[in-house]
Amino acid sequence: MCGIAGIIYRDGPHAVGEDMKKMLQSMKHRGPDSTGYALYGTPSEAFRMRITLADTNTKRDFDFSERLLRRRSEVEGKLRAVGATVTEIDETTDYTSTFTFDFSGDLKTLADQVESVRDTQVLSLGHALEIVKDIGDAETVAAQYNLDKMQGTHGIGHVRMATESDVDIAGAHPYWAYPFSDVAVVHNGQLTNYFYWRRRLERSGHRFQSACDSEIIAVYLAEKMAEGASLEDAMNQSMEELDGVFTYLCVTADSLGMAKDELAAKPLVLYESDNIIAVASEEIAIREVVAGEIETYDPFEGEVMVWTR
Amino acid sequence: MDAVVGESQITYDARGLVEVDDTVLGVAVVKDGKATIDASELTTRKINLEIRSLVYEQGIEDVTVLNPGGKHSLGVGILTRCKMTFEGSLGYFALGVIDGPEVVVNGRVGWSACENMMAGVVVINGNAGSLTGAAIRGGDLVIKGRVGARTGIDQKGGTIIISGDAGSNTGFMMQRGRQLLLGDVGPHLGDSMYDGTIYVAGKVKSLGADCVPGEMTDEDLEFVTRKMAFYDLGTPPELQKFVCGKKLYNYDNLEPSERKLVL
Repeated sequence: MCGIAGIIYRDGPHAVGEDMKKMLQSMKHRGPDSTGYALYGTPSEAFRMRITLADTNTKRDFDFSERLLRRRSEVEGKLRAVGATVTEIDETTDYTSTFTFDFSGDLKTLADQVESVRDTQVLSLGHALEIVKDIGDAETVAAQYNLDKMQGTHGIGHVRMATESDVDIAGAHPYWAYPFSDVAVVHNGQLTNYFYWRRRLERSGHRFQSACDSEIIAVYLAEKMAEGASLEDAMNQSMEELDGVFTYLCVTADSLGMAKDELAAKPLVLYESDNIIAVASEEIAIREVVAGEIETYDPFEGEVMVWTR
Repeated sequence: MDAVVGESQITYDARGLVEVDDTVLGVAVVKDGKATIDASELTTRKINLEIRSLVYEQGIEDVTVLNPGGKHSLGVGILTRCKMTFEGSLGYFALGVIDGPEVVVNGRVGWSACENMMAGVVVINGNAGSLTGAAIRGGDLVIKGRVGARTGIDQKGGTIIISGDAGSNTGFMMQRGRQLLLGDVGPHLGDSMYDGTIYVAGKVKSLGADCVPGEMTDEDLEFVTRKMAFYDLGTPPELQKFVCGKKLYNYDNLEPSERKLVL
């Protein structure tokens, strides 16, 4: 089933971490397996990269913590080797880290190098984007990663009911549009031409982190934007080229987009006002962040909408 | 979500299964035969128990629910004549399997509102999600806003009136009854319909399989005029009528293997 939500403020930064947490928690019944956030904080000159050094199903044996430390320093070494200047390493949990660094080279080379370290996944990379995803409901994940105080301009989130791949961090949404900085996707539905697109995108050099069909959307959009398409154009093309039932949300450094398949098989409720746009699978989620009686509607089939902050 | 009244009272039986707490809280305020329930701190189960207790046991015929807050499955399974008013939006599966009530919703409804309605009147003064009026068998369902996809899927009777635009596959596999769509309609209108009638005032994006234009008769016009006047929707605009082309009717044609069995 899965639940998705997104919010974009038109009047500067708000407590996006807290708002997204409330929206996702109210839709816990749509997916209790894992929760993920893609939040946009204050943009900085430096890059911020969130990585996991081990997944949920990685064996926790006797030298597990030692291996994590080793991997963390290996990642640091790889970053230095490609020419990045690491300024800060934040150990959020024992198996996730956030690296802050200055870098001017090719992001794909950098990300590929980091992922060459065993079991390491790059969750997000960008000047403002932070992807946080883990097993558990929205409140558990928010507390684990201290999202309550996070200020930002927009964000999306996802509660997952796993249908076609494992319950682990790799299978959790949102997906970063590897190797595009500051682009992330959440998806509710199933894609039926997954293997067609996976083979095609792998041949053009993209890599896949998981066996989850939703990852295709992120990589697909990344490919289209690499060819020069705007977010809206790429999303419009996806309506033709992706098969299945889906409603997905995509965020970039300054905008939030939604796309709904031709059958309108997956729900999305939209609320729009002068200073806030909120979308969610169910209206109760929007009510968590907007007080009073509100007017909302469901976008129609085949619709693509993009809002800029 | 904050803990709400009633939720803390969940008990488990010896097998570890949840024992349904069906005690009615009795928080409704009754005045001059009319009851008002403030739903803001209540769970779905408690709201529905309260409504049922009022209309079945206390003989109240007019219930108003304040602050429903978009909760799912409110007002379901009311099988008697009464009046219900919801001051605010409802979530998914609102007013499902009802038989008799006269309902006004001053807000929107989510997916699958009035699913399997048997009789009664529901007026929604707002938008509705997809699958509105799925499999309804009777009664009138009036939406004074726009609706999502597959409105009146598997409709087996009754009337659905939409004053705004409607999404794709409206009237999908419809079997009986009428739909009056006063706005524009998305693709695949009346796809695979068996029977029934669809009147459209706006533009139709495309027709579904075996849905064909029909001819408006005086009876059609009389029906539409009467319904529109009744729900304050003005006088009928120029309407197109759509019915089943009956090209997909293959009920008498047996498969070769079946034919052998019969003979």
